[in-house]
Amino acid sequence: MTDIKAQIDVLPGTDPRAPLLQVNDLHVEFRTRDGVAKAVNGASFWLNPGETLAILGESGCGKSVTASAIMGILETPPGRITKGEIRYRGVDLLKLRGAERRRVRANKIAMIFQDALSALNPVYTVGFQLAELFRVHRGMSRADAKNRAVDLLDQVRIPAARSRVDDYPHQFSGGMRQRVMIAMALALDPEVLIADEPTTALDVTVQAQIMGLLAELQRQRNMGLILITHDMGVVADVADRISVMYAGRVIEEAPVHDVYARPGHPYTRALLESIPRLDLKGQQLNVIRGLPPALTDIPQGCAFNPRCRYAKDPCRQDPPPPAYAIAPRRTARCHFFREVLGE
Amino acid sequence: MFRYVVRRLLQMILTFFGATFVVFALMFANQDDPVQALAGEKPVSDSLRAQLTERYHLDEGFLGQYWYYMQGLLTGDLGRSLTGREISTVLSEAWPVTLRLSLMAIVIAAVIAIVAGVYSGIRRGSLFDNGVLAVTLLLLAMPIVVLAPTAQLVFGMELGWFPATASRNASFYAMLLPAIVLATTVVATELRVTRTSVVENLRSDYVRTARAKGLTPRRVTWVHVLRNSLIPVITLIGVDLGTLMSGALITEEVFNIPGVGLKLAQGIRNEDGPMVVGFVSILVIIFLFVNLLVDLLYAALDPRIRYE
Repeated sequence: MTDIKAQIDVLPGTDPRAPLLQVNDLHVEFRTRDGVAKAVNGASFWLNPGETLAILGESGCGKSVTASAIMGILETPPGRITKGEIRYRGVDLLKLRGAERRRVRANKIAMIFQDALSALNPVYTVGFQLAELFRVHRGMSRADAKNRAVDLLDQVRIPAARSRVDDYPHQFSGGMRQRVMIAMALALDPEVLIADEPTTALDVTVQAQIMGLLAELQRQRNMGLILITHDMGVVADVADRISVMYAGRVIEEAPVHDVYARPGHPYTRALLESIPRLDLKGQQLNVIRGLPPALTDIPQGCAFNPRCRYAKDPCRQDPPPPAYAIAPRRTARCHFFREVLGE
Repeated sequence: MFRYVVRRLLQMILTFFGATFVVFALMFANQDDPVQALAGEKPVSDSLRAQLTERYHLDEGFLGQYWYYMQGLLTGDLGRSLTGREISTVLSEAWPVTLRLSLMAIVIAAVIAIVAGVYSGIRRGSLFDNGVLAVTLLLLAMPIVVLAPTAQLVFGMELGWFPATASRNASFYAMLLPAIVLATTVVATELRVTRTSVVENLRSDYVRTARAKGLTPRRVTWVHVLRNSLIPVITLIGVDLGTLMSGALITEEVFNIPGVGLKLAQGIRNEDGPMVVGFVSILVIIFLFVNLLVDLLYAALDPRIRYE
């Protein structure tokens, strides 16, 4: 079995020297009964090969919507990408036609989802769902595709892969199902993997196994990984860089250790302070006051200002704070980042 | 699986006795004088009356008659109709005609329901969806006793597109109009269920996964969504068999098709107890078996269902 991946030029016009993935000023809106919900308001970040970027934020901050937009699986309508670009190796994916765009999925950019039980089709065997990728994208025969499916299950370390390939998703445990999802995402050797809360539905020991497996597969393949999560613990272990999102905007972007050592945005700082710590046992936990804003009614100026203890008049006025370069490879959207950093 | 089938078969025996008992009781209560009904206006001689009474155990009470009847039925003897013909002969002549008619109706209804239902579901709120909605409402509101003669009048006689009646050896084409009429009794609900099921499944996570795998929308719909959406539809098609049977009664009567429905209608009119009960007993058995089959097919469609 030769690997024919290299012979297939899925996407012509790519520039190997351009960044692997670059999202610039992405805006996504949803039309709802209560008006237009601005889910993503100018998200920007980049990703290099072999690198792990964690996108961190509360529920509803736009991180999953951003991921769907990159994959091109946003429900349109009600969703709509109003502005911005998503460049893969220099090619703007938003300008591609349907068939070209479709070929990017799974071949170049793949995604794994939070709940593997509902994300897998209940009425087909996992073998069918894996083999389908090889049959559709590589034109393989049923038998060849099935052999590749078994290989994949082996690679994600599912025991007795040859006999389990004919099992249905409900016959696997939660952790094993997530392994199947990972196998499916990696089937066509994508260069970018988006993992949307891949371990949220799993218990802690299984979480660690899955994250370990992901990290190992990423190293082997030199893949760029976008890890979407709200779990600060997971982020600290595996991420190289962090983008913190709030109300559809990246409010801070920095190497992971810098963020943990010295957050540059009040929101990041508040998030870190809300993690229970052993050395602060017995003391009251710091929580962030209030709720994230409704996406149909985002406050003027900095979206975080109503909940921010640093907020002053300029924060309440448009335009919102720009991305200040607060250190090399670090940005924060806060007028008072110096105060926050404690300089 | 085996135990499930055995249990279902045992349940079927109970249902079978219950159903035949009810039908037998209804026919018994409706009987005035079957001997006279057979003879029509002509007077019946005493010796003939005595002979018929003896043969059909008409002097026995209700339970006695039921007992004799079940005895015959379980030994494979459906008995004789009051017209003197073997009921099994009448049935074997009528059955293939009805089988053909209802199979055509089932296929027509299923194909239309599934294709139109899926498109309606995909294009929710579109002109097509709303058009289909209006048509199904119309069909649901129109009973077959109105629809069958109307279709016969319009398409069979006025426009002359189809033959107005169908004989025993009717061509496929001659059978088409009755089959379409019969299909209308079930197509609307099947379509609505397909549509709802597709709409629901399109929202599910596995569809998002399928799209993330770079599959074409066509493959997502017809491979991933369809099989999940068919699960409730298949069940419905099994249940619809009852509706089709009662529909066949009217359709065959209107189009003069010598099938089970027409014979049954004749039997009811002639107070032909043995005939009606015999026919209904067989229909009950078929209905029960088809529903068992549907439930087993259900397991083939949905691997999560295991009959333990």
